[in-house]
Amino acid sequence: MATQDSQPADGLMAAPAASGKPAASDLGGTRHARAAARLMMAPAVILLLGWMLVPLTMTLYFSFKKYLPLRGGDLGWVGFDNYVRFVSSSAFWPSVQATLVIVGGVLAITVVLGVGLAILLNQPMWGQGIVRVLVIAPFFVMPTVSALVWKNMFMDPVNGLLAHLWKAFGAEPLVWLTQASTQSIILIVSWQWLPFATLILLTAIQSLDREQLEAAEMDGAPPHKRFAFITLPHLSRAITVVVLIQTIFLLSIFAEIFVTTQGAFGTKTLTYLIFQRVLESQNIGLGSAGGVYAIILANIVAIFLMRIVGKNLDA
Amino acid sequence: MARAITPQRKALNTALAWGVGLLIFFPILWTILTSFQTEAQAISDPPVFLFFDWTLENYAVVQERSDYGRFLWNSIIIAGGSTILGIIIAVPAAWSMAFVPSKRTKDILLWMLSTKMLPAVGVLYPIYLIFIRMGLLDTKIGLVIVLMLINLPIIVWMLYTYFKEIPGEILEAARMDGATLKEEVLYVLTPMAIPGIASTLLLNVILAWNEAFWTLNLTAAKAAPLTAFIASYSSPEGLFYAKLSAASTMAIGPILILGWFSQKQLVSGLTFGAVK
Repeated sequence: MATQDSQPADGLMAAPAASGKPAASDLGGTRHARAAARLMMAPAVILLLGWMLVPLTMTLYFSFKKYLPLRGGDLGWVGFDNYVRFVSSSAFWPSVQATLVIVGGVLAITVVLGVGLAILLNQPMWGQGIVRVLVIAPFFVMPTVSALVWKNMFMDPVNGLLAHLWKAFGAEPLVWLTQASTQSIILIVSWQWLPFATLILLTAIQSLDREQLEAAEMDGAPPHKRFAFITLPHLSRAITVVVLIQTIFLLSIFAEIFVTTQGAFGTKTLTYLIFQRVLESQNIGLGSAGGVYAIILANIVAIFLMRIVGKNLDA
Repeated sequence: MARAITPQRKALNTALAWGVGLLIFFPILWTILTSFQTEAQAISDPPVFLFFDWTLENYAVVQERSDYGRFLWNSIIIAGGSTILGIIIAVPAAWSMAFVPSKRTKDILLWMLSTKMLPAVGVLYPIYLIFIRMGLLDTKIGLVIVLMLINLPIIVWMLYTYFKEIPGEILEAARMDGATLKEEVLYVLTPMAIPGIASTLLLNVILAWNEAFWTLNLTAAKAAPLTAFIASYSSPEGLFYAKLSAASTMAIGPILILGWFSQKQLVSGLTFGAVK
């Protein structure tokens, strides 16, 4: 047992090191503390282990079966049939494409605008606190509300505000959710996630050394060079974190599609496709195989995020 | 040495930032304003912005038609219950990881985080099946459990981050002054941990309140929270903009106010301490 481990423990349970007690009693206290610590951790660990293993095992189990609860129930083992069928169905590649376009589009918009907004909000101004509150607000709006409000009050081709705006400029109003369905979803989701990106980038930018920027300015570096060589490198880590966390959440967006297009007009993402296979067509085997693909995909992203978070834990 | 900023520059920043801020906030503002209009005003062309006869009629209609109170109550129970249950389970765990760390602490923390990455849709049917078998479908207790499990990793992480900042020397000092373990926990540690626990509570209530995958898929009539209340407005019946706005305002109002209080904790809570 390394001393590096036992030292912080001494702080809580064992006698203070300064009192010069023999090592043996320290060790006893530590051992006692460790047993107590394990006990205190047990409920959280066991619950999460159960939450992870039980459904995961069931999904894996179903993914190798032909299982149609409404049409015959359990029809036996089929090997990798579901995995092959899920990938070879005509809906699969379009759903991968829709997922990539939506996730990529939202990421690009939120990161670029987020950097801009973070820089803007970091400038001296009047009423900074209020502006920040205004910018953050969309993050607290529940997904079903923002999807419905955008769908009806902004994107409606007759009464929507955007239709009024188009008409004011003499243009033919767009039928947003059919003509530009993917872009509409990207717009709605970006509006929801821009506050998150902005807030994190703003926090990161506030730790930037102002004197460094001022020194560069005095040396005659123009604004775009100061941005490219000082601000942006400083933000790179925060940008990575934003991209990874958002990717995990964006891969599983659901409500925004559920209440707007229901997956029609090319907005059927992988998540939505699996949802339809499982709950709408009640093809559990096929849906479970899709679920396994989704889990693998999310894990690939998660590994990168964990590396960054893990590194931070050591510091 | 900070340079003085010219008033013109500051005025320009202010105008620009307020412009962008209001643009981003506009959909929410528009919804709130529309909720006080009549249905005819809500679809008038050109749209009325501020100059209309304010009415509370829509709120009354929405309450009557959809029984807002019941959904609100479900949301409060589900978001509040799952958060409190999660904190009760997470406090001892985070506490022991912060004060009695071992070689495996870091691995356990990262593993907990990894369970958060599990895509919900991948385990939809198993959970659905378990819920049917155990009679949990469309019950508040079922959702309390699921949302607690979903947010448990975040709760443990946030609490761990806060507890780690409590200096061990204070505990030693208390002990040298003759405090017993009970007194130490009660009078020294707890007061120092309360701000951290409070912000964890706040952020997780918000996350649970807005959760819209499990709440939509695991409830029907009885246990449905506000996410489902709003989803029921997705198929319009006649003129409904003003009513939709009133319903939306009622659904997001409580959490918008809570959210503004918690914005400081948002960053460290949502990035698992990776950005501070």
